[in-house]
Amino acid sequence: MSKTKQAVRIDEHIIEIVSDSGEGAQKAGQTFGTISAKMGNGVWTVEIIPAEIKPPARSPAGASGIRIRLGSHYITNMGNAADIVVALNEQVLYSRIATHAYKRGTVVLLENKWLTDPNPEIIKQYQSAVAEFRENGLVVLEVPMEVECLKLTPRPRLGKNMFVLGMLNHIYSRDMEKAYREVAFTFQRKGQKVIDLNHKLLQAGYDFAKENIDYHYDIPLWREPDSKDPLIVTNGNQAMGLGVMASGMDLVSMYPITPATSASHYLADVYHQVGGFVHQAEDEIAAVGFAIGSSYAGKTACTITSGPGLALKTEFIALAVMAEIPLVIGVVQRGGPSTGLPTKVEQGDLLASLYGEPGDAPKIVIAASTIEECFHFVIMARKLAETFRTPVILLTDANLGTGVQPYPRPDAKAEWLAAPIDQSPWEKDVPPFDWNEETGLSSRPIVGQPGGEFVLTGLAHTKQSKVAYDRDSNQRGCNMRSRKLAALYGTLKAPEIHGESEGDILVVGWGSTLGAIEEAVDQLQNEGHKVSSIHLRFLSPLEPGLKEIFSKFKNILTIEINYSDEADAPLITSGNRRYTQLAMILRAQTLVDVDCWSNVHGQPIQPGLIYDELIRRLKN
Amino acid sequence: MFGLKADWSVDIKERYFALGDYAGGEARWCPGCGDHAVLTVVQRICRDNQLPPEMTVAVSGIGCSSRLPHYMGTYGFHGLHGRALPVACGIKSRRPELDVWVATGDGDCYSIGAGHWLHAVRYNMNMTVLVFDNNIYGLTKKQTSPTTPLGFKSNTHPQGAILAPLNPLTATLGISNVSFLAQTVDWNPAHLYATIKAAHAHKGFSLVNIIQRCPVFSEQLSKDLQDNPSKLLLLTHENGIPIEEKLLRFFPNTQEHDPSNMSEAYDIATNLSPAPIGLLYHDPEVPCYEELSSMGNNMGVEDKLAGINAALDQFAV
Repeated sequence: MSKTKQAVRIDEHIIEIVSDSGEGAQKAGQTFGTISAKMGNGVWTVEIIPAEIKPPARSPAGASGIRIRLGSHYITNMGNAADIVVALNEQVLYSRIATHAYKRGTVVLLENKWLTDPNPEIIKQYQSAVAEFRENGLVVLEVPMEVECLKLTPRPRLGKNMFVLGMLNHIYSRDMEKAYREVAFTFQRKGQKVIDLNHKLLQAGYDFAKENIDYHYDIPLWREPDSKDPLIVTNGNQAMGLGVMASGMDLVSMYPITPATSASHYLADVYHQVGGFVHQAEDEIAAVGFAIGSSYAGKTACTITSGPGLALKTEFIALAVMAEIPLVIGVVQRGGPSTGLPTKVEQGDLLASLYGEPGDAPKIVIAASTIEECFHFVIMARKLAETFRTPVILLTDANLGTGVQPYPRPDAKAEWLAAPIDQSPWEKDVPPFDWNEETGLSSRPIVGQPGGEFVLTGLAHTKQSKVAYDRDSNQRGCNMRSRKLAALYGTLKAPEIHGESEGDILVVGWGSTLGAIEEAVDQLQNEGHKVSSIHLRFLSPLEPGLKEIFSKFKNILTIEINYSDEADAPLITSGNRRYTQLAMILRAQTLVDVDCWSNVHGQPIQPGLIYDELIRRLKN
Repeated sequence: MFGLKADWSVDIKERYFALGDYAGGEARWCPGCGDHAVLTVVQRICRDNQLPPEMTVAVSGIGCSSRLPHYMGTYGFHGLHGRALPVACGIKSRRPELDVWVATGDGDCYSIGAGHWLHAVRYNMNMTVLVFDNNIYGLTKKQTSPTTPLGFKSNTHPQGAILAPLNPLTATLGISNVSFLAQTVDWNPAHLYATIKAAHAHKGFSLVNIIQRCPVFSEQLSKDLQDNPSKLLLLTHENGIPIEEKLLRFFPNTQEHDPSNMSEAYDIATNLSPAPIGLLYHDPEVPCYEELSSMGNNMGVEDKLAGINAALDQFAV
């Protein structure tokens, strides 16, 4: 092996570490990502979560780990097939291969201790898997990780992840000083002895790779190392939790639901720093009811859930619409329907958010498309909820919720915080719903304001909040609540077009697909294709100017992670084809023949798949 | 009314609230409905305690009982069927200074809202919860409720109710953190007043099951108790509901019961007939959830900003 091999300069790489759960793959990958971010590379990491809670060892269903995408540019998504994979056993690779995570040429650094396993069955499995992988084009490099780790520790299972980190650090020319610091930080609570051992394992992995592994790369930095413009690295759920704090919200009322709960876990740890409180309610319904009670009493509140929880909350959300109670509902979408794919991504709750309630229940619906937006949109949502006296649904998804990315560190601002509640006397003769005829807006009496006493009701009511079953009162209430959305629409800007403002295909997306769509569109534009994209943040009301934008393109195509019938599937005609959720709304609102392309694989859509699909359409 | 004291000094308050200050719209319950009596008592207690109307919130679900907020002059929240308690708890969570009343019914609380009932008892937030228990769904016209007696004919069970009724008293006593449980009847104004007053004075979740007349759909049930006071068991104790001596003659059955005695309370509650009237259980020491949920309520802007920045710094690279 060439020990002095020069590092090959590359623009970006995708790395995976896969193992049984409990072997520390995620910790190794997160540390690798942090070191890289601190060095100044663009980074996106996403966890690989096993399908079962306690899967048997060495089973495809047990694949647990992490994917790290590194680049010399800002990285916005998890990318396509991996370039290098470190695997602690061969079985877990099968499930990754099944999800098309690898390609011909993907390098697999495979733990080879199974070759000397006392169980001949395991030896056989290992040998046949390696042969099969090679036959399918994977470049398998068998690495004696266990043997190397045993030189330093009698319990290599616990330390092997640091050995892996060391190997990757050499392969990708990482700054070992930073690595030492990160490892010390990771194990700071466990004492110096543990830190020292992990440092040794880290160095051993580095030295091993230097001596024995040919692959050696250099990825130019995207920004200055340790740049003065500070970054933070979070996942989307932590970003949402930080946003809750920065928005000055008093209370989060939640019920555990995957994949949303980690936002509340994070808040439960730190919310007291801003005087907030996480209420774990007895069920999803009580969670939203509790938040509504708090908000009605003037203390800003939100609830964070996922699709099934959203379904349970619909009656209360309708009450908040009807009685005009400000409320923020964070929805971290997962695969549906029913219990569906709890840990996996889908953008399937758009229509449920818009139309989930019986009757007409207009509300504001926005969707974050980056992890950074998960932070800022909570602050926006709180302000919108209070200004427009309405519930606001903020959609994110499992891809954003668990993806980790560096982004500019926000600086907390006093103006982001909720104002203290008004307890001054309520102006005499001003009704509790003093609707402005043009905007539908009104200010609301807060409990404690003398003279503002009124009874809030979910029944149809007059501006005095008096129950009214007559035709005019109900019509008027509906008008006023709907008009608020029109008033908000008037303040919105048309979406920015990514690329030329005319061409062959305009891709329309929303939510977490932003990075993948723009990456594919950029590639097509570089190749001279007339493809552009827009990405919507406001879904209710929709952003203005869409029809004009659409009119400059031959084809409009939404790309979404929710179900649609393929146009050429059996029995499907133009009369019965079911479109994706955004496409349905766009078709209804613009009368443009918007097409759609989607899948429900439970995975983020890879930019490469989007590219292939757009090429196919350009050729037709 | 101006707080005349024993030494004839006069304590004139800046604001004095009369009964009318607690009156909202005209009550639209049926003539002879027990709910009128409860409303009157609640308004009297508000007046007697001089609760500022703007600091008082009447919360309800859906049903006949739940119309009560509309007839109050305070703030009110007439929400969803079964969901009065989560809303009331939310109101209290960050505004512990508010006086919260909940009006609910046997269907609203013990059936569709049963999950919230269990957990609201556990939270033990300081509020007065009045369950208007008329053993029937009234607003939707005579369906079997969880407390409808076995065999009682309703529109959903025209041959008679087929399940034994749920006993809200034993059920409530079985929930951890239970701190105040009483039962009364709507047709004895003195006992009704004294019971709700004691419930309101208790710091914690006070649940009062009010045996309530529905003259339209379940008249014979309450009439039976009205006509035969021997079917009631009056609980007496110095720590119980205070009873005027002359009232005792209305109750042929009485039992001395120390409301701190849980096992005796459970034994009494187990017997549906005679129905116990009075304070079954009281523990003033159970902590209230709002003491936790309102922590940090008044944190200043500077401290909040420092807290947010500290949180952001944890993620710095």
